[in-house]
Amino acid sequence: MTDPAPSTFSSPEAIKRLKRRRAADVRFRYYGMGAIVLALGALVMLALSIGSQAVSAATYHVARYDVTLDRAVIAPPGEDTPEEISRNVDGFWSLVRNNLLETFPEADLDRASRTEASEFITRLAVLPAARKVAAEPQLIGNEMTVSAPLNDDLDLYLKGQAFPERRVRVGSLSSASQQEAGLARLEGQGAFTPILSAITSLEADGADLSEGSVLLTAGSSTGRLSDLQPDAASLELLTGTLDDFRSGNATARIIALPEAQRVVSDQQIAWTLALKEMGRISREPRWSLLTNSDSTYPELAGGLAALVGSLFTMLVTALVAIPIGILAAVYLEEFAPKNRLTDFIEVNINNLAAVPSIVFGLLGAAVYLNFLGMPRSAPLVGGLVLALMTFPVVIIASRAALKAVPPSVRSGALAIGASQMQTVFHHVVPLAAPGIFTGAILGMARALGETAPLLLIGMVAFVGDVPKGPTDESTVMPVLIFTWSNNAERAWEPMTSAMIVILLAVLLLMNGLVVFLRRKYERRW
Amino acid sequence: MDTDHTPQAAGTVTPPTADALPAAAPRIDCRDINVFYGPTQAIHNVSLSFPDRAVTALIGPSGCGKSTFLRCLNRMNDTIESCRVDGQILMDGQNINDHSIDAVLLRSRVGMVFQKPNPFPKSIFDNIAYGPRIHGLASSREDLDAIVEKSLRRAGLWEEVKDRLQAPGTSLSGGQQQRLCIARAIAVRPEVILMDEPCSALDPVATARIEELIDELRKRYCIVIVTHSMQQAARVSQRTAFFHLGNLIEMGETEQIFTNPREKRTEDYITGRFG
Amino acid sequence: MSDHIVSAYSDELDKLSSDIMRMGGIVETMITDSCRALSSNDGVLAKEVIARDPQVDVIEAEIEKQIVSLIARRQPMGHDLRMILSALKISNELERIGDLSKNVAKRALRLDDYVSVEMRNAILRMSRPVARQLNEVLDAYATGNAALARNVWSSDDDIDQHYNAVFREMLTYLIEDPRRISAGAHMLFVAKNLERIGDHCTNVAEFVYYQAVGDYLSTMERPKLDQV
Repeated sequence: MTDPAPSTFSSPEAIKRLKRRRAADVRFRYYGMGAIVLALGALVMLALSIGSQAVSAATYHVARYDVTLDRAVIAPPGEDTPEEISRNVDGFWSLVRNNLLETFPEADLDRASRTEASEFITRLAVLPAARKVAAEPQLIGNEMTVSAPLNDDLDLYLKGQAFPERRVRVGSLSSASQQEAGLARLEGQGAFTPILSAITSLEADGADLSEGSVLLTAGSSTGRLSDLQPDAASLELLTGTLDDFRSGNATARIIALPEAQRVVSDQQIAWTLALKEMGRISREPRWSLLTNSDSTYPELAGGLAALVGSLFTMLVTALVAIPIGILAAVYLEEFAPKNRLTDFIEVNINNLAAVPSIVFGLLGAAVYLNFLGMPRSAPLVGGLVLALMTFPVVIIASRAALKAVPPSVRSGALAIGASQMQTVFHHVVPLAAPGIFTGAILGMARALGETAPLLLIGMVAFVGDVPKGPTDESTVMPVLIFTWSNNAERAWEPMTSAMIVILLAVLLLMNGLVVFLRRKYERRW
Repeated sequence: MDTDHTPQAAGTVTPPTADALPAAAPRIDCRDINVFYGPTQAIHNVSLSFPDRAVTALIGPSGCGKSTFLRCLNRMNDTIESCRVDGQILMDGQNINDHSIDAVLLRSRVGMVFQKPNPFPKSIFDNIAYGPRIHGLASSREDLDAIVEKSLRRAGLWEEVKDRLQAPGTSLSGGQQQRLCIARAIAVRPEVILMDEPCSALDPVATARIEELIDELRKRYCIVIVTHSMQQAARVSQRTAFFHLGNLIEMGETEQIFTNPREKRTEDYITGRFG
Repeated sequence: MSDHIVSAYSDELDKLSSDIMRMGGIVETMITDSCRALSSNDGVLAKEVIARDPQVDVIEAEIEKQIVSLIARRQPMGHDLRMILSALKISNELERIGDLSKNVAKRALRLDDYVSVEMRNAILRMSRPVARQLNEVLDAYATGNAALARNVWSSDDDIDQHYNAVFREMLTYLIEDPRRISAGAHMLFVAKNLERIGDHCTNVAEFVYYQAVGDYLSTMERPKLDQV
């Protein structure tokens, strides 16, 4: 260059270069934002799909039955101790069923109808009432309202999730007259036109209504419509009286799905609607998810046993993994000489953290169950297996936290004559504590969500009772989710989601604890 | 090499800070110290003694071994695995470099202050009280209170912190933190205080405070200070040792070292001609 | 100015200025005593004055050492730096004043019997303002009073006028009686010495002013009657 150095700030090459650099800058920023949007989107989708399912399981329908506690039925002579009363499911159930049959006399006419009525309430659903009476024997002989969850299929039907159904308002009816063979004739100027046009539009959408049902409800009465014409139709009364159709507004329900393929029959729908009309069915929050144990009936199932089982398992895991992990980390980081052996140990601890969790399950089954003969399906064994899996995580996190403590703290303590152990336990560990506990809790959170190793040690068994200690048979939340998700009935689907939400809430709580601990104890130095 | 330089003859004027220099036996007497880090030798055959009730400064360019040498005096080099120290370090006639001497006890007699103020993340009170507690120097709570107050007073910090002894030590300013560290070292009643560049992280005013404190402490302790500021060595010390490449080049009265060094290398270093 | 954080530094500076004052005090008595010895023909006093001179030299050397040490060890700045530089120069001036006073005392011993009382009194008269000049400039030094120093500096004229008067007076005496030539020559030198002392006082005043204000008096205009 012969010129006296042209300013590098204004030469065209420099400006071009600068532009390129700026563009790269901006590009990178957009990539980053894109990544975050993607991640957030995935999270939102997960939350929406699980949340929307879980919301429907958060409430359920409870029916009330006003019964007289007949001593002869619930506490016959010879079976009248409180314990026997509390177990007398059949007696209470028959009271409730009889109440149902009294409400709907038509159900008592034939065996098939009685069976259909019986499906309204699961036998075991009367257990709380039985326990209550057993606890307060003076109630016997008096009136009592028994509340019991509605059968899960009817519950789903009421929530509108069982099958598609089209509701249409019917025009006013001018006459309703009883005909032969249980059929009634309903007439009204253009009363049934809305139904016909709805059917037409449904059929236009490709629905096959040939075997479907059209139910007409007025007040607490419901009947099945047939022979539909714009001005008249035949009605097969399923429950209630014709009078209701004469006086009130009627609503038609068009169900395309053939009755034979449904879990809910037309008759059951009629009774359900009648009970609802009578104000005997209400939608309530489903606390039983947290207070009940597992059951084969979804309307009775809850996660209490699994929650307690998880608690015991985590307790065992924490008691084993955290102290061992922290002490191992402190020894390796602060005391152990740096040589080939400690290098080897370090590498293997890192490897241990990467071992698939199911391998720990196999190990646990082989060592704890077969070799040491510990009880199957017990939180003790589950906790020990999860501890094996957690403690490398605790070691790695604790070592990182110990490494982050500035050496000046160590030399400061050593220089005033503290021994190495005093230095470590008075100064280094307290400073590393937030990091150590963060690692420990994150490790525990991972263990809490672990399913695979527990399957192998038998924690997948059905457990109806809340475990009372770490050696009792038990299951844990993720395994319960896994079990429920395998069940066939439709009602399990929202239940599974609800359980997932509960598990996530527990995990969030643990992570919240981490954040809290960090904020509270994190110190600057 | 001349390592022990007796005070100058009468008639020469020494500033008042220097006339307390005793002719008594040195507090620490190092003989033929060699320090190795693995295969590399960091200190070569250094013999050096430190008088009681005086400040001795170790100066020299970075990496000259002055800090390494200082850390020999309280065996802080023990914590470095690859480090090996040969030679005798005599204190009260005992070779403290001998492994029969417990380094933990030694460090209660030879306190140390570091380059970066490193108060414990505890309260001011606990920072001071920690040493006396672990050494069992206080028999009661009152005793401990008294030790804390005395140490803070000696470190010239009492007036500034007496109303907030429970505040965290890290809430103090840098200079105050360093004085807290000095108080912490004093609290275990050491005989020797080692200072490893105690002012390099401080501003000039805080530095001046520490220097004044060092001058005050000189009346009770044997102080050895490593500093890479020649000016600081000139200000605070009575005797100065100049290190270069792991060798002790010259040791003498600070006044003499800075006005009339005997060795060419010392002269080059203090006049900024180092090549 | 004794408020340095490092109190030892303040102590050293205080010691320095007190040494200057001590030196000034000694020199001051040397002037008055030598002139008194001369005017009253007191050989003992004259010898005493001569004996005091080495003392001044020792203090000057001491001060110099202190200053070297201060510069080497304290890295003085600002006022401290000016104070130390002034002290170095003032001690030098004071040492010169001491030498001149010693010279006056020596000449007092050499005087023969032909000296008249008038001649002795003329010197004594001239010595008073000179001694006062030194006294004032030392006061200015002790108090750091720049105004007083400036006063001393600008009143050097009086001394010059005194010198001119004494010079003319001596000439008259010598013309009157040629036997007085030997003593008269001594007296003329003594008068010149006193005049030189006045000049040294002016220099000291300049340094005192520099120390206090950081500015140089010598660059300023001074009323001067240069007639000799």
